[in-house]
Amino acid sequence: MGQQVDNHINISGRIRMQAKNIDVFYGDKQALNKINLDIAANQVTALIGPSGCGKSTFLRCLNRMNDTIDSCKVKGDVTLDQRDIYSRDMDVVELRARVGMVFQKPNPFPKSIFDNVAYGPRIHGLAHNRQELDKIVDLSLKRAGLYDEVSERLNTPGTSLSGGQQQRLCIARAIAISPEVILMDEPCSALDPIATAKVEELIDELKEHYTIVIVTHNMQQAARVSQYTAFFHLGEIVEFGETEKIFTNPAEKRTQDYITGRFG
Amino acid sequence: MSDHIVKTYDEELDRISNSIVQLGGFIEDQLARAIHSLVHRDSDLADSVVDDDKKADELEEDINNQVIRILALRQPMAVDLRLITAALKISSDLERIGDHAANVAKRAHALNQFEPVKPISAVSRMAQIVQKMIKDVLDAFLERDSERAMEVWRRDEEVDEMYNSLLRELVTYMMEDPRNISPCTNLLFVAKNIERVGDHATNMAETINFLVHGTNITENRPKGETDAIKLQNIPPKNN
Repeated sequence: MGQQVDNHINISGRIRMQAKNIDVFYGDKQALNKINLDIAANQVTALIGPSGCGKSTFLRCLNRMNDTIDSCKVKGDVTLDQRDIYSRDMDVVELRARVGMVFQKPNPFPKSIFDNVAYGPRIHGLAHNRQELDKIVDLSLKRAGLYDEVSERLNTPGTSLSGGQQQRLCIARAIAISPEVILMDEPCSALDPIATAKVEELIDELKEHYTIVIVTHNMQQAARVSQYTAFFHLGEIVEFGETEKIFTNPAEKRTQDYITGRFG
Repeated sequence: MSDHIVKTYDEELDRISNSIVQLGGFIEDQLARAIHSLVHRDSDLADSVVDDDKKADELEEDINNQVIRILALRQPMAVDLRLITAALKISSDLERIGDHAANVAKRAHALNQFEPVKPISAVSRMAQIVQKMIKDVLDAFLERDSERAMEVWRRDEEVDEMYNSLLRELVTYMMEDPRNISPCTNLLFVAKNIERVGDHATNMAETINFLVHGTNITENRPKGETDAIKLQNIPPKNN
């Protein structure tokens, strides 16, 4: 199991983020082992693998969400546009503005739809007056594909929306502060198929403006929305490559066994 | 390649493979009986081959339905996906071979209205090679043996060459005596049908290679000369 796999593939286009030799420990337990991964700019990279394989842990390394867990220790380098995000002079608040996150369960603030989206721009001082703020909120809701459904009721609570709408509201909230990268941790697992399809359609549109990394348990979803796929198992990357190749003709037996439902 | 977490999925995939083998066996039999009816001038046997062709259509239809069901229910990936698409393509090639066998049988029936013509033995030799190709390619499918499939793939050149020399021979016969034109034309169609069977065997070999490796063959298909080129080379007969 411990063999190192050469995951170097040529990514066409720019690389937005790069992880080099990432080790993560929760206390004594090692959760990730020497992870190397390049995240292509304006593409969707999917992280797949069985539960507990480390894919969410890795995702959380990309915007230092693991800092919030006391027992968690991260070794190695992660760069965003060639800058080390774990260096002392990196402002974590600024980092998380540039690398936004959408979670498994929609978690809108107990505020109005408008305030949910306006919250980030306000605290980061992105708008100088009400008109600018309105513009940011409108654009974010439009890009999140929610505008037409909520434009008449921006002052109603975000929590009054359906689950699928709430998740798109969270996506609107994430993009309101103009991030470069959006991390999505199982964004559709709490949604019905129709709401899932809307979010998937959205992901495809979002990649024009943002770089997206998505963790998903739904293999078909990974195959549909991503251009690159990394398969994690037992804290290592078993295989990384173009999504089409991974799902039609994977190089590694462990990948094949997992995606065809033979694991165990 | 069994041992899915969901056991019924394994059973469904096994059933598809078995159906392919069943269709393959039936087609081999159809082709053998068609050739037998030709060589032994057995019109009744020829007619029964034509009648039985609908069975091949039914078997192919059944495989298609199984494939559609698995695509809808299981969303197969990687090697399973390749098996499913291979099953679809191979069953279609086999069904076409069945059509060619039925055509051979029809021509055999027609040929029995005439005196025997000599080149029948050459056609029968060509048929033997093609029958072996079908057998080998079906074994290659069963054993997921791409080497064996590629060996069949290379053999098709020989069939093409035999067909071309047979074409020359038949044209020469026809030029010698106009009374030979009807039986020789029928025999020419028989030869063409058998040559097409070889092409379908080659298709199946390519499909098996894709099933095993997930990549397409980059080599060009070995091909004999075309009919048109060959005909130009036949010298005019001097009276």
